Formats: sequence, structure tokens, C-alpha cells
Amino acid sequence: MKNIISKKVQIMQPSGIRAFFDLVLGMEDVISLGVGEPDFVTPWQIREAGIYSLEQGFTSYTSNKGLYKLRLGIQRYLKNRYGLEYCPDSQILITVGVSEALDLSLRAIINPGDKILIPVPSYVSYGPMTELAGGRPVYLDTSRSGFKVTPEILKKNIDPRVKAIILNYPTNPTGVSYRRNELSEINKILLKNNILCICDEVYGDLTYDFEHTAFPTLPGAKANTLYLNGFSKAYAMTGWRVGFACGPEEIISAMTKIHQYTIMCVSITSQMAAAEALVSAKNSVEQMKREYRRRREFMTGELNLLGLECSRPQGAFYLFPSIKGTGLSSMEFSRKLLDEEKVAVVPGTAFGPYGEGYIRISYASSFDNLKEALARIKKFLEKRRYGNQKKG
Amino acid sequence: MDEILEILEKDGRMSPEDISKMTGKKPADIKKTVKKYEKEGVILKYKAVINRELVRENDSEVRALIEVNIVPQKDLGFDKIAERIYSFPEVTSCYLISGTYDLLVVIEGKNLRTVSNFVAEKLSCLEHVRGTATHFLLKKYKEDGVILKHKPEENKRIAISY
Repeated sequence: MKNIISKKVQIMQPSGIRAFFDLVLGMEDVISLGVGEPDFVTPWQIREAGIYSLEQGFTSYTSNKGLYKLRLGIQRYLKNRYGLEYCPDSQILITVGVSEALDLSLRAIINPGDKILIPVPSYVSYGPMTELAGGRPVYLDTSRSGFKVTPEILKKNIDPRVKAIILNYPTNPTGVSYRRNELSEINKILLKNNILCICDEVYGDLTYDFEHTAFPTLPGAKANTLYLNGFSKAYAMTGWRVGFACGPEEIISAMTKIHQYTIMCVSITSQMAAAEALVSAKNSVEQMKREYRRRREFMTGELNLLGLECSRPQGAFYLFPSIKGTGLSSMEFSRKLLDEEKVAVVPGTAFGPYGEGYIRISYASSFDNLKEALARIKKFLEKRRYGNQKKG
Repeated sequence: MDEILEILEKDGRMSPEDISKMTGKKPADIKKTVKKYEKEGVILKYKAVINRELVRENDSEVRALIEVNIVPQKDLGFDKIAERIYSFPEVTSCYLISGTYDLLVVIEGKNLRTVSNFVAEKLSCLEHVRGTATHFLLKKYKEDGVILKHKPEENKRIAISY
């Protein structure tokens, strides 16, 4: 069969990181700081609700939009947490994680050639998803502004073909987040230029130093924003695959059209469990958050002491230290660290070209693991320094 | 609860230096605070939680929960008689409870006989003790928030993900 694969898929970046990942997966006794999910298991009351729903025989499809009970729970959560009002009948859609919500939103709005702004380093899927939907990703380099998109960067990249921006904060991979006044500036520019904000706020509940601002709470933003969130990170429910999109009825109903033909609905067991999470897991979330916060404090201090410069991130569970001082590229650093000391990290280049010179470290790992990993990184760096001195 | 207490309650081995790195407080201040807690009796003791079922020794232990019904004393209530009971080294825990019985006493002994001897010869004949009901413990699943599992948790996450 010749040319069976579509051109669109053929030109998709085959990730160079894949080989490195396969290497990690094949090794034993590796301490991995490369994991993008919580090290906690889903709190028991949530798992129990999933089990109970199975026992009760809830094994059918749900409505396309998702269980009404869950949509109602989300409506209440957003109202209590942010004072946000979304109608559970027409403005909330339950999706297979935030990933599906993002895919739906891009497919719902993009005409061929439309531009989507993506601040980078960013989560790996934004670019490829945009391309699959027929759009053109425009990558905004944030590496010289503390990994934040600024009004200046934004203005420089605006033209009439720009349809939307994907704004993820707290950010994977850098852990950086925005304060309300910073978001407010961004919002003004978006409104003025009629650019939709697709905000991926899946780490919103894991914000440590200040109150997280939901983008649609900014003045005039709600009608111009698609708010995406999910249960994976804050509730430690990655494997359940439940996310949601909230926004203007017009966009949500367009997304629902695609969703009903491609996915139909999210697994009912997962939806039942997620509904319970909103009711009874607040304490568990708070407990996990306190634990992450301590690890962040610990890791930021220690990495800086080791000479791997990193600013203290405000959310999520990632650190994005610079490894430029070692003279190695991100990939070389990660390969050697894995080979020599059996510590796995993710090279910054996995998150776009502007990630060169950085690595992503996840502190979603036990304190003992973090300590041991740091000891190994220290050994790795010392060996290098000593070796260089001898050579010089 | 103070964050230092929360950390130590989970892991009593955490050093002031580590706690300092986690909280941003100075090690000296943490040492001072911990000392204060120790002095005030907020922190009573540091110990290891041992899964006795895995300790291979001949002298296995027997535990019993004993419900004790007592006659309260004038002016002293239950406290005096409770003190007489919990002072026995065989008693590992002692609680005043609501309901049909007054005290819940946990006893530990080398075997069935030592435990029953204790109940018959020491506990039951105490003045003010009206009656007892002994429940021998067959298996421990969870104690003070710790699940007594035999094998360590396996890692269920994939080593690298975005």
C-alpha cells in the first residue's frame, strides 16, 4: 500500500523524545522525576463511588453532554470557587480529560489556515492538535520573560488570521502562573482584537502562592473564553479521564456536535466517581496540595544550591531548572543523567524549541525519592565539574 | 494544626533541616518550636510503627479489648479508677467511652493465659469495677491510620509522561 498515511499525519513532528522515553521505560531501578501525574492514588471515597456505581448496575451510555448530576456539580463548584455562573444544560460539556476538550474546541473554531497562539514551552499536544484541526500554530517564545506571555509578546504576534490563544496556567512544564492583574492585561488585548481565549486551567487548584484567577472571571472575558478543566491533577484521577469545557452556548453546542459523533460520552463509571469527587474530596485535595507545596519548597531550594537555577514556580508540580551551566544540551543532560545515575527527567525540548537549556522535573514523587534523586544529581554534577577541571 | 506537627506526625524522623527546606522557616526556629512542643507534652514520643505479624519471634503477643463497667467515685468520677487501671504495664490503651460500658481497655500479653489471668486476678477484683467483657483480637488490618500490609506498594505509574 502506497501513501496510506495522510499527509497531515505524515508531516506531524515524530517526537525525537520518544526514543529517550523508550529507554527509560526499559530500565529498572530508575528514580523517575519525569512523571506528569500525581503520585497519590485517587482518594478512596472517589474510588468507592466508582465501585458502588458498578455494583448498582450503572453500565450504560450517558447523555452526550455528560451526566446531569456531574454537570450540576461542576456548576456549583465554579459558582462557589470563583463566583462563575454556567448553565449546566447548555454551557457545560463533560469530556475525556482536558485533552478531548481542547481537541473539540480547536476543531469547532478553526477554518483552514486560522492561526492559534501558543505560548511555549507548552504542553506537548497544543501544536499537533492545532495542525490536525487544520490550523496554524504560532509559537510565542516566553523564555526571556520568565516563561510568561506578556502584552508585548502578544501584540507582536497579532494579525487578522489569529483566532484564539491557548493559555495554560499554572503551566506544564514550567509551573509558572499568572496573577490577576497580568491576566487582566492579556484579556484586554484579546477582547480588543476579538481573539478567543482557550484557557487550560487543569492545575488551577494546585496554585500555592496566591489565589488562582479563572480567566472568565475577568471583566468582559466570559463571553470570549472557553474554560477547560478536569479532575486528573487536583483529585489524582488521571486514569479516569474526566474533563470538562465551559463556555458560550454557541461554542459548547458546536463542540457537543463533534463529541457526539466521535466519543458519544465519557465512561459512566468515571463520571459517577467525578461527581463524588466534587462532593466529598475537598479535604483530600487540600492535603495533597499542602504536600506538593512542601516538596516544591524543598526542591527549589536544593536545585538552586546544586547550581541548577530555577525560580520558584507558583503552581502544578513541575520545576523547570536551567542546565545551561553544564554546557550540555537538554537531551544530552537527560541521557547522561539517566545512563550514569539512573534518574529520569524530561528534556526541555520536549516542550518546544525554546525549552533548550532546561529540563522538566516533576516533584509528584515521595519525599524519600526526591531526596535520593537529588543526591544522584549532585553526584552527576560534581563528577562533571571535577572532570572538566582536570581536562582544563 | 501547625505544619511542623503535620510533617512530624507523618514521619517522626524528619530533621529540622529538612523541615526547614520544606517550609521556608529557619532550622533554629523549628528546633525551638519542636522543643517547646516536647516540653508542653504536645509531642509525647517518637517511635516506629512495627508490623508485629512479620516479626519472627517465639513469644507472639495476644491482644484483647476489654469493656469495663465501673462505679464512679464521688468527686473523682472515673479518673481515679481509670488511673489505677492504666498504670498496669499490660494495659496499652485506655479510653473512657459513652454507651453501655465506661472504659475500653486494651491489654497485651504473651498468651491467652496471661491475658485472662490479668482480667481475672487484677482487673475484675478492683474495687469499683462492676463487670468486664473481654474480646480477643484476631487480626489487625489498620492501626492509627497505618494499613498493616505485607508487601510494599508497587509502582503503578508509567515512568515518563507529559
